[in-house]
Amino acid sequence: MTQQQTAGPPSAGQADLAEEFLDRQTPLSRIRNILHRYPAVSPALVLLIAVVVFSLLNERFLRVENLSLITQQVSVVGTLAIAQTLIILTAGIDLSVGAVMILSSMVMAQLAVNNGVPAPLALLAGLVVGLAAGALNGFLVTRFRLPPFIVTLGTLNIFIALTLLYSNGATVRGSAMPPLLTWTGTTFPVGPVRISTGVVMMLLLYIAVAFILGKTAWGRHVYAVGDDKEAARLAGIPVNRVLMSVYLAAGAVLAVGAWIQIGRTNAASPNGGVDLNLDSITAVVIGGTSLFGGRGSVWGTLLGALIVGVFRNGLSLAGLDVLYQTLAVGVLIIVAVSVDQWIRKVKS
Amino acid sequence: MTMTEFEAPHVATREPILQARNLVKTFGRVVGLDGVSLDLYPGEVLAIIGDNGAGKSTLIKCLTGAEVPDTGELFVSGQQVHFKRPQDARVHGIETVYQNLAVSPALDVASNLFLGREERRAGLLGSVFRMLDTKGMRTKAKDELTRLGISTLQDVTVPVENLSGGQRQAVAVARAAAFGSKVVVLDEPTAALGVRESNQVLQLVRDLRDRGLPVILISHNMPHVFDVADRIHIQRLGKCAATITPQSHSMTDAVAIMTGAATA
Repeated sequence: MTQQQTAGPPSAGQADLAEEFLDRQTPLSRIRNILHRYPAVSPALVLLIAVVVFSLLNERFLRVENLSLITQQVSVVGTLAIAQTLIILTAGIDLSVGAVMILSSMVMAQLAVNNGVPAPLALLAGLVVGLAAGALNGFLVTRFRLPPFIVTLGTLNIFIALTLLYSNGATVRGSAMPPLLTWTGTTFPVGPVRISTGVVMMLLLYIAVAFILGKTAWGRHVYAVGDDKEAARLAGIPVNRVLMSVYLAAGAVLAVGAWIQIGRTNAASPNGGVDLNLDSITAVVIGGTSLFGGRGSVWGTLLGALIVGVFRNGLSLAGLDVLYQTLAVGVLIIVAVSVDQWIRKVKS
Repeated sequence: MTMTEFEAPHVATREPILQARNLVKTFGRVVGLDGVSLDLYPGEVLAIIGDNGAGKSTLIKCLTGAEVPDTGELFVSGQQVHFKRPQDARVHGIETVYQNLAVSPALDVASNLFLGREERRAGLLGSVFRMLDTKGMRTKAKDELTRLGISTLQDVTVPVENLSGGQRQAVAVARAAAFGSKVVVLDEPTAALGVRESNQVLQLVRDLRDRGLPVILISHNMPHVFDVADRIHIQRLGKCAATITPQSHSMTDAVAIMTGAATA
C-alpha cells in the first residue's frame, strides 16, 4: 500500500462538542427514553392510577372478593392476549384468536360429553385443534405471503362457521362435563382471596412465555423477525420457520385458553368469543406492545388485560352504564397507540 | 480441477481464497452478469466498482448466496461450492455486510452481534431450558469490539437504533469480522456516513486485512476505494472491464474504464 495510512483519529474536540449537543436531553425526552427501554412502565402507571381512582370512587373496589373477581374475569382474555402478543411481536395480527379458542373448547366439551371420550383425550383433541388452526394461519402467512390481517379475517369466519356446524349451535353445560374439563373454574383460598385454577394457569403461561421470549434464542428471533424481517433473514434467521412456530405456539396457548374458558363460564358455548378477538388486541396494545412488531413484552400485555378488567369492573361499581366502559376502553386504545408512536420517535 | 490454468497476476504464488468463474445471471431478459470471473487472495482488499446497473450488487449476491447464478462456478479455498442461501456462504466462512445494514434496530448491540448464532448457558439451563448466555455474549461482544478498535461502542446493551450511522455500520462490520473466518464482504459500507465515520470504517477494513482476512469492498466512492483497495475490479455492462491497482491506474483512468471511455 502506497496510499496514505494516516486517516487515523480525526480531530476529536469538535466532534465531541457536537455529540454532547446531540446527547442533551429534555426531561420529556428522558421519560421517552425510559419508556422506550421499558415498555411495561406506562401500562403499569395507568393500572396504578386506575386502581387508586376506582378505590376512591367506591370502597368496595379494593375488597378481596372484588379483586379476585377481576382476576377471574381477566383470565380468558389474558390468556388469548398471550397468543396475540406473540403474533403482534412478529408484526402480524390475529383476528381469529377468539374463534379458535371457542372451536377448541367446543371440541373438548363435545368429545367428552357426546362421544364419551375420556377427559384427558378430549383436552388433547382441543390442543390439536388449536395447533391445527395455528398451523393453517401460519401456513397461509408464510407460504402464500398473505398479510396476517387478511389470513386471520378469513380463518375467523371459517372457524366460526366450523364451530356452529360442529356443535349445531348447542351449548354444552358444565354440569354434564367430566370434572377435569371444568377444573379450571375451581377456586382455592390463598389467605383471604379465592384464586381460580384458571387464573393460576394463565399466570404460569405468562411466566413461561416471558422466559422464552426474554431468555432464549427463539424469543430473540421472534423480536428480530418482527423488527426487520429482511435484516433477520440476512442475519441467518429462518424467518418462515420462526413465523410458523409463533402461530403454532399461539394455537397451543389458545387451546389452554379454551380450557380456562370452559371452567370460567362452566359451559362450552358456540356463541360469543367474537368480542374476545378484539379484546385480546386491546390488551396487547394497551400493554405497550407495538403493532409494528419487534417491541413489547407479555408482562405489558398482562397489565393491559388487567387495565381493561379494572376499568370495566371499576366503572360498573361506580354505577356507570356498560356503554361508558366501552367508551373508556376505546379512549384507552387510542391513547396507548399514540404513546407508542411517540415512543418510537426516539433517536439518540 | 486445476487451479494453475487461471491467471493470477499479482500474487501468483498464493492460492485464491475465493474464486468465481464465468458467472452468468439473468433476470428475465435483463442480463445482470455476463460471464464474470473474480479471484480473491489472502490478505487483500479487493474493491468492486462500476456504474449503476453494471452488475456489482448481482455479483456480490452471487458470491454470498443471496442469489444463485444461472451458470458459472464458485470455489472457496479450491473447493467447488454451491450457495443456495446466505447461510450456505456463511458456513464457508464468508460474511457479508449488506448495504441496508441487516441489523435489528430494537435489539441491543450484543444481541445483534450474535443474532442468528446465539450462545446458550452451560449445563441444564442451556440444554433443557435453552437459556441464552446473555452475560457471556455481552462480554464476548465487548472483547470483539475492543479487538477491532471500536472504542466508541463500549456499552453493548444499547439498542442499535440509538446509535449513529457509523456506529451501526461498525456493529455490522464487527459481526462480519467476528464470524467471517475466510472472507468479509462489505456492500457500500461508507455510503450513508459522514467523513469521520467513513474514516473509522475504512480503518476497520485495513485492520481486517492486516489480520489476514481478505475483504471485498463495493463502493461508489473513488477516494475511499483508492485509499484502501489493493486491487480494483471494474464492472461494466455485466462484465469485468478490467482489474487494476491503485498504483497502475489513476482515479480518472478508473472512471474512464467504468464509463467505457477507455480500456485498461
